[in-house]
Amino acid sequence: MPVILSLCCSLTLQILWQTEQPPSQAIARALPPPPRIDVLEVASLGEQEALGRVLMLWLQAFDNQPGISIPFRDLNYGHAIGWLDAILTLAPRSQYPLLAASRLYAEVPAPVKQRQMLEFVYQRFLDDPNRRWQWLAHAAVLAKHRLADLPLALRYAQAIASHATGKDVPHWAKQMHIFVLEDMGEIETAKVLLGALLDSGTVTDPDEIEFLTSRLNQLQSPRRVSPPRNK
Amino acid sequence: MHMHLRAILTIALFTLREAIQNRLISLVLAALISLFGLAEFIGEVAITESAETKVSILSSALRFFAVLLISLFVTMSMLREQHEKSLDLVLSLPISRASYFFGRLLGFSGAAIVVAALIGLCLLLYSPAQRVGPWVLSLACELFIVASVSIVCLFTFRQATLALSSVFGFYVLARTIGSIQLIGHGPLADPSAPSQRFISGVIDILAFLLPDLDRYTSSQWLIYGAADGRDLVAIIGQTMIYLVLLIGAGLFDLYRKNF
Repeated sequence: MPVILSLCCSLTLQILWQTEQPPSQAIARALPPPPRIDVLEVASLGEQEALGRVLMLWLQAFDNQPGISIPFRDLNYGHAIGWLDAILTLAPRSQYPLLAASRLYAEVPAPVKQRQMLEFVYQRFLDDPNRRWQWLAHAAVLAKHRLADLPLALRYAQAIASHATGKDVPHWAKQMHIFVLEDMGEIETAKVLLGALLDSGTVTDPDEIEFLTSRLNQLQSPRRVSPPRNK
Repeated sequence: MHMHLRAILTIALFTLREAIQNRLISLVLAALISLFGLAEFIGEVAITESAETKVSILSSALRFFAVLLISLFVTMSMLREQHEKSLDLVLSLPISRASYFFGRLLGFSGAAIVVAALIGLCLLLYSPAQRVGPWVLSLACELFIVASVSIVCLFTFRQATLALSSVFGFYVLARTIGSIQLIGHGPLADPSAPSQRFISGVIDILAFLLPDLDRYTSSQWLIYGAADGRDLVAIIGQTMIYLVLLIGAGLFDLYRKNF
């Protein structure tokens, strides 16, 4: 009987204690800087791939902290890039960090942060161009349409053309720089590159050849009006 | 010779029976179901590479779970035997200490194979058999080493807390020694400082003494393709060498003890 009584009393005390506690408050935490990569490697206990993927999910969910939602643009992008870089080093064959960089973090309405993230995509594209070209292609599209920065879009498109030379890289990605040049009003350069591409014999698909030929004819047409945009 | 073999097989069989009585298989199944649910939840959170994320996290968690389970089972089983004096009873029979040791080791290895196979069956949901096969083989090798280390640690310390702490310390060090070595010889370390030279020397000696478990059972094999033949040969070779070393240490300790 005394045991049951003490159990009931302690349970009541516990419930009373909890009701007296102040309610939890949602406090936004800032994104911390990433630790050194060798520290992360030791912490992974040899499972770098798994740790990289867990960290990626943690970073992706950082904007949704308990009871509060932080816009991506309010994150410290220096730290976010540091984390993405570390994750990519831990799991170099994963496409997740570059997808997040180009499709989540680079889409915020903050041009400085967008440029930071696009530059990160460009730098890490250079490490493995044939597998990471699609993220730089997206970066080129963002630079052209969101940032309206054609020279930047051209830099990225040219990087794809010169580094992503694998047979799995589609022709449209390798030809992006020609159309960016055309948009910049660099018609002569675009014509030369397009002609050289057709002559090289690397394009074998008949529909693609027809499309490129018609585009070349358009460029060569004297009636073509090509106002340079955002030069 | 025939009698020794029979004794070894009988002890191994009793060890396996003990594993079943201790509900080892039920525990593995419960962990598989729980971790499978967790992996599915994680897969829902991932916006890309969902399958890769699931298999990577699930396989790593299952690997740690298997190591924890086998080390606990071996340590508690051996400890109970010591407390209940059944070891004294076995050794009073016409059974050599070596036969007892090999019988127990064989039984624990059998339990490790069952655990690794059950985990492998679960992973077949996410990865093809040609990737899961080498992963399971490597996990079994890792568990053989963990089981042997657990036996040696219990013989040495005769206490669960000390023995288990030593096993986990050994495992963590064996999994991280490569990375620790890189830090020790990295650009941030000052090679002219005597303390740094001493620490680097200790780390290098440890690296010589430990098996390189960071090369074992990588989740990358399940995502991007299995380890090649040379990797597996290296893992099997390292396991055999280390098992011989641990068996030697265990037998040395067992023969010098007075019961």
